[in-house]
Amino acid sequence: MTNTQIQAPVSAASLFEDYQVPDYFCELTNRTGPLPPRLAHIQKRLDQYSLTELRHRAAAAEAQLDRHGITFTVYSDSKAIDRILPFDLVPRVITAEEWDHVERGVQQRVKALNLFLHDIYHERAILRDGIVPSELVLTNPNYCQAMVGLKVPGGVYVHINGTDLIRDQSGRFLVLEDNARTPSGVSYVIENRHMMLRLMPDLASGLPLRSVDDYGQKLRESLCQVAPEGVTDPQVVLLSPGIYNSAYFEHVFLAREMGVPLVEGKDLTVENHRVYMRTIAGLRPVHAIYRRLNDDFLDPLVFNPNSMLGVPGLVEAYRRGNVTLANALGTGVADDKAVYAYMPRIIRYYLGEDPILDSVETHICAEPEGLAYTLANMHKLVIKPVGESGGYGLLIGPHASQAELDEFRSLLHANPANYISQPVINLSVSPTLCEDGLEARHVDLRPFALTGRSTWVLPGGLSRVALRKGSLVVNSSQGGGSKDTWVLAS
Amino acid sequence: MMQTSVQSSHTLPGLNNLLSRYAEGMMWLARYSERIENLARLLEVTEGFVRGPDGQTGWDSIIQINSDETPFYALHTEATEANVVAFYVTEMANPNSIKSMAHAMRENARAVRPLISTEMWTHLNMFTRWVLELQFSDIRQHSLSSICNRLKQDCQTHYGVTEGTLYRDQAWLFYQLGKQLERSDQITRLIDIRYHTLLPTGEKAGSEIDSTQWASILRSAAAYHAFWRIQPIATTPANVVGFLLKNDGFPRSLAVCLEVFDSTLSVLAGHNSLRRLCGPIQERVAYLRVTLQDQTADDMIIRGLHEYMQWIQTQIAHIQNDIAQAFWPPVALVESSQTQVQQ
Repeated sequence: MTNTQIQAPVSAASLFEDYQVPDYFCELTNRTGPLPPRLAHIQKRLDQYSLTELRHRAAAAEAQLDRHGITFTVYSDSKAIDRILPFDLVPRVITAEEWDHVERGVQQRVKALNLFLHDIYHERAILRDGIVPSELVLTNPNYCQAMVGLKVPGGVYVHINGTDLIRDQSGRFLVLEDNARTPSGVSYVIENRHMMLRLMPDLASGLPLRSVDDYGQKLRESLCQVAPEGVTDPQVVLLSPGIYNSAYFEHVFLAREMGVPLVEGKDLTVENHRVYMRTIAGLRPVHAIYRRLNDDFLDPLVFNPNSMLGVPGLVEAYRRGNVTLANALGTGVADDKAVYAYMPRIIRYYLGEDPILDSVETHICAEPEGLAYTLANMHKLVIKPVGESGGYGLLIGPHASQAELDEFRSLLHANPANYISQPVINLSVSPTLCEDGLEARHVDLRPFALTGRSTWVLPGGLSRVALRKGSLVVNSSQGGGSKDTWVLAS
Repeated sequence: MMQTSVQSSHTLPGLNNLLSRYAEGMMWLARYSERIENLARLLEVTEGFVRGPDGQTGWDSIIQINSDETPFYALHTEATEANVVAFYVTEMANPNSIKSMAHAMRENARAVRPLISTEMWTHLNMFTRWVLELQFSDIRQHSLSSICNRLKQDCQTHYGVTEGTLYRDQAWLFYQLGKQLERSDQITRLIDIRYHTLLPTGEKAGSEIDSTQWASILRSAAAYHAFWRIQPIATTPANVVGFLLKNDGFPRSLAVCLEVFDSTLSVLAGHNSLRRLCGPIQERVAYLRVTLQDQTADDMIIRGLHEYMQWIQTQIAHIQNDIAQAFWPPVALVESSQTQVQQ
């Protein structure tokens, strides 16, 4: 910088001078061992920006997101508001060694999830052997009768998986939950990288970053690999609920990256148990559907009869093996928060290996001892309803008021099976541009795994950041933002 | 059957079978853009006419041209400048206001967003958002003509970006069809102004008339200088009408619009699977072009220009309907005649 001497003394202070990380693992500055040289290097580069410069670039980022209409829709009080997901331009960095561990752990987990799903829809050995309680699976609202006995191509149920990871005070990666239905957020991983390279080329320059650009092609390849048998040139489509869906931007993004049509339910029809799309030249066959529509809405003949979003007859076509659905139906039973507690045992059962990634210690309130423990320790636990997602309806004990604790106590008594509890984990933090400069904010990580003939994990994943000071909730619908995630190749 | 139907249409490079919904979205995206641009032109030329000592009279002509008497008088009692401008620019209660059309344009753009270029979307996103935030007070502040100018410019930018970035497959063809069809319709409406305000009944087609008014029509169609380059003798109604309808070099003339429409349709018909569907539409367009070629502007005026313009507008509506029936037939109709699948 040539103009250093004319800057006011205030902005001459380094970015990291006031940066404090009380008691947390910081992804960039504060590790349990000595700081890896690459991280020290990145921090040093960052430190060369003035706060003003960083703010200028942050404003430019926001303007670009706005212009590109990279938004998600929030519905509240029957109003729909298009919001941009706030982007923080300090990257979250993962070293090559750390990534190797995460990648293997995610692959192992996806393998176990697929074996578990195959088993519970066929032999049910794991239930017979008493590893997982039968009623937890068979009476689970996400257990799908239409899947019983059905053979799916390659034995793959979960083609696209998002594994939510957090890191504790010691930097240990822990699985918080699996997302084996229709995980979202991958478009932000790729858009964030593009944004980063546009706005901070000087920061990334020369660093060995793993690319995130081939996700769309990998996804298409995976789906082609599990297309119905005998189809040589499968037609893949992405099925979206349409332009009013909160994740429509992502659906568009992925359809474009894959180079396949984005269809809505009304674009598809089923004839003779085969799926077709309506084109200007009449009906054309469809062989694989990446569906971003929940099970309940897919086929009004089988599920919700009022759904206008789905395709009548789709499930029967699927059952006859004429079309592949990704993900398969009924995968929700595997990423259920109650089943989550059994995942370490599920992994050992099918693979005969210890889990590579640890889970968060979980108390199942459906079980008497779990409920008793939860009731006795509410103030230090996170209590989650098992059916909810998006960070809704949970209680963070240490932050809760007496009234909130009392309310949850009666909820737990009324319907214990609806809840699990976990200790509060002191999530790792990452330097984040805030009102007063760089501050520590909690982050998580959602790597995305694609499975066709084998499992491929997109290097990195979505790093979500809780922008409110002290907040542990990173969900976009609850004031979270995101960061570019850098996986170093070496 | 599965195998043979996967021939996935490599008849022409890069041209695959477009989803019906996309074809519809592309066509209407283009039509709304063109319609907004032309309404902005109409408003501008109307403002030009009524500006003068007699003030408010003349604003009702634009209501008549668009056959909007019923919806307009449901919302307003009098055709004052303020009411007409509000009705056509900012009132969402009017489905044909610029704001309503920008909304429709945006919805169509969102539907075809998987197909259009990022540059197209980015511009559309910002443009439609600006229009949707327009308030009547903005028009007072900035004057109608400056708002109209920005609208025109943004629609033209949209087209420029589209022309420069949209991949030339079937989506592009439907976009062109929409654009040319809407332009055809709009030029007939612009000419119709003359019928309503410029030439009271009884005056002859060949007589020299109020040249400033005709000049302003030419200007609003961006035709003024081109007109004088080829037609320097006199500004008779027949000359102006002939230029706007029959000239084969002016990009907004009806003849050029129909010619581009026709040749676009031919490209579409060149795709094996679409030939049969295009046939009836091509016939209708051919007939329309013949009526245009076989008459002089004087003939048209003598036989009734207004009636001819209305007839063309009806034909254009038929063409749109034919296209819809051929390429995005109502679902119920497809389900009952499912023969094309069972080869």
